[in-house]
Amino acid sequence: MKFRLNNNDEQYEGETLSVTGLLAFKNYTFKMLIVKINGNIVKREDYPATMVHEGDEVFVLHLMSGG
Amino acid sequence: MQCFGKMDFKQISKKLKAFTVGIAGCGGLGSNCAVALARTGIGRLVIADFDAITEDNLNRQYFFHHQIGEKKVLALQKNITDINPGITVITHEVKLDPENIPVIFKDCDIIVEAFDLSEMKSMIIETVMSEMPGKYIISGSGLAGWGNSNALSTHYYERLIVCGDLENEVSDENPPLAPRVAIVANMQANAVLELLLKRSE
Repeated sequence: MKFRLNNNDEQYEGETLSVTGLLAFKNYTFKMLIVKINGNIVKREDYPATMVHEGDEVFVLHLMSGG
Repeated sequence: MQCFGKMDFKQISKKLKAFTVGIAGCGGLGSNCAVALARTGIGRLVIADFDAITEDNLNRQYFFHHQIGEKKVLALQKNITDINPGITVITHEVKLDPENIPVIFKDCDIIVEAFDLSEMKSMIIETVMSEMPGKYIISGSGLAGWGNSNALSTHYYERLIVCGDLENEVSDENPPLAPRVAIVANMQANAVLELLLKRSE
């Protein structure tokens, strides 16, 4: 499956990929993330059930403490 | 992106007077962003913070020594109206959460995320993006330390705009200091101007 992650082309060899799976696949172990798929925000509680599809535009943003 | 419009300062101020901006958190980012917006002539600011001023806040937050101990929203309201008496400042001395955020900021055209904790940052971004359609949120992420100003920039994700270097997390070994904090706060204010002045073209 091919999709876009943070403006880069990505390839995943499996059949299905949830957001939880994506974070594990990319080793994004950070706690505070913002995830958007095709312009829509995905809430944390929805990570296991929300799937990434072929051609999706995904953003994963890690938020830093401070301010 | 165009920096220089065809408006003089009076025209810019007149346009900005019609808008309301929310500031979530009145610390380093919030106080400096609010002051920048006040100087340019934003009509209304809705500011929210539950905290009081301590001495170590003064290394970056827009407060004065004689204000130590005061509630941040009240001290900031005074500082803002001392700079620009024409601004309306609405204060909320409250800890923000997913229930009160859509209520407190419902009349705001844009919300500036100015928290210190990353948990609060993700909470308000998720809340605004899912419960407040059409509203923009401008976040600050990655502003600790000194030097390396050129690493700070503005990143656009449709209704979410993030200012900072996206890397430097605040810690005891990497504290927030006035210059970088104020740069990011002013980038947030500049992003507000960008959205509002293009909207009224």
